[in-house]
Amino acid sequence: MFLDIYITIREFVRTFGAFQLFFLRLLMYSPRILFKRFGLVVSQVYNAGTLSLVIIMVCGFFVGAVLGLQGYSNLARFNAEDSVGTFAAFALVKELGPVITALLFAGRAGTALCSEIGLMKATDQLSAMEMMAVNPIRRVVVPRFLGGIIAMPLLAAVFSAIGLFGAHMVGVGLLGIDVGAFWQQMQQSLEINDIYEGIIKSVAFGIVASLLAVWEGYNALPTAEGVGRATTRTVVITAIVVLIIDFMITAVML
Amino acid sequence: MDSPSDNLIEVIDLDFSRGHRQIFKGLNIEIKRGQVTAIMGPSGTGKTTLLRLITRQLIPHAGRIIVDGTDISTLNQADLYRLRRRFGMLFQNGALLTDLSVFENVAFPLHEHTNLSNRLMRHVVLTKLHAVGLRGAADMMPAELSGGMARRVALARAMVMDPDFLIYDEPFVGLDPISMGVIVRLVRRMNDALGISSILVSHDVDEISTVSDCSYLISDGKVAASGSPEELNRASSELVRQFMHGMADGPVAFHFDAPDYAEQLLGRDAE
Repeated sequence: MFLDIYITIREFVRTFGAFQLFFLRLLMYSPRILFKRFGLVVSQVYNAGTLSLVIIMVCGFFVGAVLGLQGYSNLARFNAEDSVGTFAAFALVKELGPVITALLFAGRAGTALCSEIGLMKATDQLSAMEMMAVNPIRRVVVPRFLGGIIAMPLLAAVFSAIGLFGAHMVGVGLLGIDVGAFWQQMQQSLEINDIYEGIIKSVAFGIVASLLAVWEGYNALPTAEGVGRATTRTVVITAIVVLIIDFMITAVML
Repeated sequence: MDSPSDNLIEVIDLDFSRGHRQIFKGLNIEIKRGQVTAIMGPSGTGKTTLLRLITRQLIPHAGRIIVDGTDISTLNQADLYRLRRRFGMLFQNGALLTDLSVFENVAFPLHEHTNLSNRLMRHVVLTKLHAVGLRGAADMMPAELSGGMARRVALARAMVMDPDFLIYDEPFVGLDPISMGVIVRLVRRMNDALGISSILVSHDVDEISTVSDCSYLISDGKVAASGSPEELNRASSELVRQFMHGMADGPVAFHFDAPDYAEQLLGRDAE
């Protein structure tokens, strides 16, 4: 039993060390790709960001609409239904925007990144690049990593904006809250630091979600089963890590 | 005796294992310049592994691999990549980049390593595609190609940087007779017309006999026989005869290692 524990700990330390080295390599190659091959990054922003817009917008709208309904029914007990806008804005900008976007991003873009890299490995495309003296981490992994990091905060911003629109539709359009009160209270209560918190979270989640997706894809076993498992692991681990980091950032920024 | 410069690649006392399984035990191979050298052997003998060792995608546990006078284990990444620019490798399945068109696939190494103008790049790529007979497929995507076409595109990509030597990993697997004939002819023609050296890994005895100058038969981690196709055909060794004539049983057993048949059928496992 002690041997099993020893082997498990050793493997964990080894994997964690390799993960850190992988992250360092990505950081080391990033400036060159960002400044000299920006076209590669732009196409990955399109893949991870633009192609995720529909799911982000639909989910953002309905999350905002639910916040409008829940906010109204609870705040009405204290005759504070005019604060639905403030309530929705705080929830969306500081928490739900970054967190739900990160979870959706992991499900939509993270899985695509992971399976694409994993399948490139399984079909020898990465080996072929190595043989053409092209570093696959630099050419394939880094642009996807950077594309994800750039796309994630933009998607979170879209999610929050559409969410507020959803809350407005329900609160003002359906439940009859005064439109002036809805926006004015929000404007008075929400401070720039609240928006910074949302931005910091969405950037952090973008790094985590993209890093885990490319790591899992690059290290997937080059088989159908291996790529499938790596894709599942990407979503599960990203969800857990995002929620842990969310707690940590919230605690620090209180 | 040959002078050292005649050998493009020398594999000296190579040992390599995967887990507990030893794949090579003191393997020695010499690959001569300007020739088509075939590496043959039954499935699972480590032919593709040997190619990956020669190109340093894998590191040997012991022994040396000398490529054009340089021990490749001593190279740093920049030198290794400089050396690899002189390699062209054709993978078993072509390994074309699936998000790029045929033209972009062949242009890929030029994009990455040169500053050629678009006009010149187009010229070079179309010339290489013409050499493999697929100039007309330049705008197609890899998913639209047949297996034989994909391999020909991969061959055009492998030679677009005008390499000094081309490496083919199982180029004949899964091809119809026409595509196979085309690939066989291309291997020989590229080698002779471009003055390069070629290494061919395969177990298709007939095709290798028509195309190679020298063959190595690997079995049990070592070279079991070597020489021209005629010499191998005349060899008296049972293993070589079994392989060259495709006999089902012989030194390479038909059955994989297993417990006693009767015992396994009637023993406890069966219950």
